[in-house]
Amino acid sequence: MVEKNQLSPEVKEKLKKEYLKEWRLALRKSVPVKERMKIPRQKMPEREPEERNKDFFEVNLGLSEKAARLEASRCLDCANPQCVLGCPVRIDIPTFIKLIEKGEFIQSVRKIKETNSLPAICGRVCPQETQCEALCNLKKATGVPVAIGNLERFVSDYERLHGEVYIPPPASPTGHKVAVIGAGPAGLTVAGELVRKGHQVTVFEALHEAGGVLVYGIPEFRLPKSILEAEVDYLKKLGVEFKMNFVVGLTATLDDLREEGYEAFFIGTGAGLPNFMRIPGENLVGVYSANEYLTRVNLMRAYAFPEYDTPVFRGKKAAVIGGGNVAMDAVRTAKRLGAKEATIVYRRSRKEMPAREEEIKHAEEEGIKFHFLTAPIRYIGDEHHRVKAMECIQMKLGEPDSSGRRRPVPIPGSEFIMEVDLVVVAIGQSPNPLIPQTTPELKVGKWGNVEVDWETMATSVEGVYAGGDIIRGGATVILAMGDGRIAAREIDKYLRSLEKK
Amino acid sequence: MARIVKRERLVPNIHCLEIEAPEIARKCQPGQFIIIMPDEFGERIPLTVADWDRQKGTVTCVFLIVGTSTRKLSLLQSGDEVPVVVGPLGRAVEIKKLGTVMCIGGCYGIGAIYPVARALKEAGNKVLTLIDVKADYLFYWKDKFAQISDKIFISSRDYIHDCQGYVPRVLKKIIKESRQEIKRVYSSGCTYLMYTCAQATKPAGIKTLVSLNPIMVDGTGMCGACRITVDGQTKFACVDGPDFDGHLVDWDELFARRKSYFDEEIQSLCYWEKKTFP
Repeated sequence: MVEKNQLSPEVKEKLKKEYLKEWRLALRKSVPVKERMKIPRQKMPEREPEERNKDFFEVNLGLSEKAARLEASRCLDCANPQCVLGCPVRIDIPTFIKLIEKGEFIQSVRKIKETNSLPAICGRVCPQETQCEALCNLKKATGVPVAIGNLERFVSDYERLHGEVYIPPPASPTGHKVAVIGAGPAGLTVAGELVRKGHQVTVFEALHEAGGVLVYGIPEFRLPKSILEAEVDYLKKLGVEFKMNFVVGLTATLDDLREEGYEAFFIGTGAGLPNFMRIPGENLVGVYSANEYLTRVNLMRAYAFPEYDTPVFRGKKAAVIGGGNVAMDAVRTAKRLGAKEATIVYRRSRKEMPAREEEIKHAEEEGIKFHFLTAPIRYIGDEHHRVKAMECIQMKLGEPDSSGRRRPVPIPGSEFIMEVDLVVVAIGQSPNPLIPQTTPELKVGKWGNVEVDWETMATSVEGVYAGGDIIRGGATVILAMGDGRIAAREIDKYLRSLEKK
Repeated sequence: MARIVKRERLVPNIHCLEIEAPEIARKCQPGQFIIIMPDEFGERIPLTVADWDRQKGTVTCVFLIVGTSTRKLSLLQSGDEVPVVVGPLGRAVEIKKLGTVMCIGGCYGIGAIYPVARALKEAGNKVLTLIDVKADYLFYWKDKFAQISDKIFISSRDYIHDCQGYVPRVLKKIIKESRQEIKRVYSSGCTYLMYTCAQATKPAGIKTLVSLNPIMVDGTGMCGACRITVDGQTKFACVDGPDFDGHLVDWDELFARRKSYFDEEIQSLCYWEKKTFP
């Protein structure tokens, strides 16, 4: 996987131009660096754990205007900002933060939207601590980076709540038709970019709501649906057409769409194939994939059963297998649905958990239990074929594996039985096979991932691009959006090259 | 949104739904299914496509009233709209000339097996049809089957058909009398019907394809709710099926998984009935 670790000359040039503007200079001088470094990081207000672990309302409440401006003034406005390097979509971070400091919130969010169409989502779900905030120069100086993510969330919420969402004037139509397959983060990004360039964009979505993992996977308490709806609505206003309940590959193949006049394609169908451990008892009733569990609760609103018809088990002793963000979402959901004990069972230790620190912290506060260095080896059912317990084995950490994390090694004789009545397997997903299966000429890697040229996101088929989890397996929302940006740029180039021919 | 062209009660508790869905009608093949949501509060429920009209752009499904969602479907009228109709999902049944084949349907499966039987007939097979009903009047689409079947057998528990009993008894008798003529059996209906068919054909070693009906959510391979065990391997009925070799299916597991939400289904129905018919 090629991750570009340098800013392109164009991005550098743009950053420099903004940096040298008069107002930036004046703002920099207005508060000495030493003073700025003394300001503490503004805490994100949160709801009390014992209150929030019983409902699905959002945990984080968002910064106040005052706190946001104070937080923004912590930013040192470096001449050589490293944060931008950490951002897969290359947001001009210093400019948007300095606009907040100045109090120009609407200008700030427009600055972000130049490169990122979904800031209210990214401000909530991006792992900033390993991206922009990890490279923040203030972190190097004081150990505590600027809260870039919280600021991004603040301005995008401000814009939405003040009803000032700006719809740019439509670009002159190019007459080119683009099909975006999958309305997840990658697809939405591509759609937003290309429609603003004047192309006619149709997004095909298999499910009945747009958003992909943002709607079926990430729970309401982390990303309220109203926010996603607002972002999708924004794209509709820009002119993007959405065709829901349409499974490309089955309802129509890529070739069918080509015949209908679509000239370029973006495949963003995600990691829609849950992985299981292939251990005995995994098909017992009460053992879910994280995808199923979260889809029932989020997309199908099973938390409001029986008002909504789709049910989900409300286990009293829930165990979630895995240590990623999806596992955290599932275990916190189980707690909210009434589990007395909701436990994470993870085969490595806390340090190796791939979940965001914030999610782990929130889970701990909400009373989630953690069984580290533990893995299930079999599930035990009752006479109704319903899970009642699982046998686990304890692990120790051995030599580092290819991911750089120490490999868990089972300790013989350490097996023990854990009583459970609900299990959610959250050990990752693989790329969804539907399009590769029905598009034989598409080159696919050994994990079923669509193969692309990482510089352009082009697949082996002309005019067909791909990005997000369909090329990466299970990754993050922002990486999918980063892929989407590159793909959109290349699709635009491709469509314009057709005109010359 | 998809428009309902017609909703009709075929026999007590079994209804047929004709839906305007030109894209699905254009593509669908025997054995494939759609997912439908009766309203925005409803479940996503899979229904096998029982017929289609490519010109008119409609698909037809037959369903049995079981829980809340199917009750909601049974109240739809011509011109109503449902929020979700998606498909065609799953793999089509492999249709080729085999010689003599037998198609078995029961309950809603009478409708579901129809396009399979028709396609097999069109492929040049001799099609024997076996319909399982409690009583003769529950056999719908008789004329449709008459046109595509070389012979129709009925297993029924009423006196019109001499109380021949449940489907395996009749099936075993037919197999015995057919002298290895039957090359393949296709079966659709409730899980118990398909299970007993598979049991009945096993001794004679006749390959039996069953159209499985586990609980599903998305229907595109994303959630794994529909996982079943076939020949010791976990399969997803929505993308690997829904048709599988009945002799290799782990039936006990399927029976149990079908009943996963038994209590919740009753709870849901009570809630809905109180709300709808106060």
